[in-house]
Amino acid sequence: MLSEASLQKIEELKTKYPTTQAMTLPVLWMVQEEHGFISPEAMKYVADLLKVSYGHVFGVVTFYTMYNARKIGKHHIEVCTNVSCMLRGSGKIVEHLEHRLGIKMGETSRDGTWTLSEVECMGSCGTAPMCAVGEEYYENLNPEKVDSVLNKLQ
Amino acid sequence: MIQSLLPNIADLHKIEVYEANGGYQALRKALGMKPEEVTDEVKKSNLRGRGGACFPTGLKWTFMPKVTPKPKYLCVNGDESEPGTFKDRQIFESNPHVMIEGIVIACYAMGITTAYLYIRGEYGKWVRMVQKAVDDASAKGYIGQNILGTGFSTQLVVHKGAGAYICGEESALMNSLEGERGYPRVKPPFPAQYGLWGCPTTINNVETLSNVPIIINNGWEWYSKIGAPKHPGPILVGVSGHVNKPGVYEMPTGVPLLEIIYKHAGGVPGNKGIKAVIPGGSSTPILRGDQLEGVCMDADSMKAAGSAVGTAGVIVMDEDTDLIQVIARIAKFYHHESCGQCTPCREGTGWLHKILDRFVRGDGRREDIDLLMDVANNIEGNTICALGDAAAWPVQSMIRRFRDEFEKRVHEAVPAEQVPA
Ligand SMILES: Cc1cc2nc3c(=O)[nH]c(=O)nc-3n(C[C@H](O)[C@H](O)[C@H](O)COP(=O)(O)O)c2cc1C
Ligand code: SF4
Ligand code: FES
Repeated sequence: MLSEASLQKIEELKTKYPTTQAMTLPVLWMVQEEHGFISPEAMKYVADLLKVSYGHVFGVVTFYTMYNARKIGKHHIEVCTNVSCMLRGSGKIVEHLEHRLGIKMGETSRDGTWTLSEVECMGSCGTAPMCAVGEEYYENLNPEKVDSVLNKLQ
Repeated sequence: MIQSLLPNIADLHKIEVYEANGGYQALRKALGMKPEEVTDEVKKSNLRGRGGACFPTGLKWTFMPKVTPKPKYLCVNGDESEPGTFKDRQIFESNPHVMIEGIVIACYAMGITTAYLYIRGEYGKWVRMVQKAVDDASAKGYIGQNILGTGFSTQLVVHKGAGAYICGEESALMNSLEGERGYPRVKPPFPAQYGLWGCPTTINNVETLSNVPIIINNGWEWYSKIGAPKHPGPILVGVSGHVNKPGVYEMPTGVPLLEIIYKHAGGVPGNKGIKAVIPGGSSTPILRGDQLEGVCMDADSMKAAGSAVGTAGVIVMDEDTDLIQVIARIAKFYHHESCGQCTPCREGTGWLHKILDRFVRGDGRREDIDLLMDVANNIEGNTICALGDAAAWPVQSMIRRFRDEFEKRVHEAVPAEQVPA
């Protein structure tokens, strides 16, 4: 389930936390980074690895919005629609993205390339409107800039 | 000597540059003092928390037991998820070492040997930057075993969240660090008695701790004279919304809001008037554009104006803004982020969201305005954590200060007898 490098990192992490349960979030991040999402098998694996219950891991995965319990598109586009972004035109960005990708908020394109999500404030209010794709932030957006982001990623 | 949070120095995030500008001198100085003297210095400086509640930092540190058989912990709060807030990110990006230096000094003052820096999951890129800075500081002997040969040791662990506003609430943050879902805990017991893994714990915001080296370098007297006397120091103000130059600006506390908006943030596009301002992140009560005169960015002034400093995230709305849409979006946020433990918050935030959506559609009923107030009043003060209050305040203040906006959106159903046959 996890690469040698990740397993080694887990050994290191054990020196940083007094319990193995505390490693639930970091280990789930490793699983998601390697597999793109966290399957029921992966949750079982993490539970065994950390000697916690499956129910505990399931509870954590479903509590935090950034963990995907299901497979999602190759590129996950997250658009902030909270107040500061709204005031600077996130509505137009959402419209443009839905139009360009042919999907609505919360959907994944048929070919599995794109997933579009509405998210809460991303800490980019001073450079609004914005969207994130993976760890990358795209800020001060307008429809033209959205197009160039999509073309780059395609 | 580092005298501010975001000095205009190129590449300050690099440790050599930070050192060349007097970085880590405060740590040397602090390690030469007694731990109590360090705490005392912070206490006298009147530094107050920058995470939202303005709690006196030095006082908080004194709550930690001096002698205890248990390990003690510091949690550094970098969850930064309050809408309108983007200042801790600036520290991670431009001056991570001032934060790291502050963390190590705080650990020394309280006798802490492990600090956890909790950074929101969305800041993946910044987590990497900060980890690099921590590694560099360790390599130079500023963190880790036997710091600068003094015998004092402390480790700093960077911990990445996974998307949950509530994990910024201090007790939810501790549960999240323990690998749990981010449910806030009932207080008391308070963290200084029973915190992480049941051990004495202090939680401080990223910006708060970044002030500590500045205090140690310059002394409490110097620091306490910056800005508003009862809430002094430099403060990072994030301005967003309808301004020409949105961004994070460092200034002394106590600067008038109008100066922040017009001088720092370049005024309102198209020279439009200001309809409303949220002064400190989405949970702080909204102010009317015509009541901004004389309102300043410090705890007392904001309180007198009927709002709060919060996270100093100033959201400016011009005269054409649809405030109903704004408050509905805020309500949606708190509904989404409620952890669901307390009925008033779980149900109440849902109600607020649903009723406000009716107003957005122009379908509000006249009695809904009082209903909204009633729901908000029933949440406030009746919950485990302050998210409930944070959801109630914006609604209450919006109705108090902009009732006319709601009235305009009331759907006046035509009485049956007037409907033409
Ligand atoms: C719902 C909620 C969310 C919060 N989010 C944050 C946050 O993201 N960052 C932060 O520093 N404090 C946040 N706080 C405040 C913390 O609980 C705590 O007061 C603060 O971290 C203490 O640090 P300070 O005294 O240095 O300000 C939040 C509080 C509540 C009720
Ligand atoms: S007030 Fe809301 S967020 Fe806080 S503990 Fe209760 S339900 Fe959870
Ligand atoms: S409101 Fe969109 S990033 Fe803050």
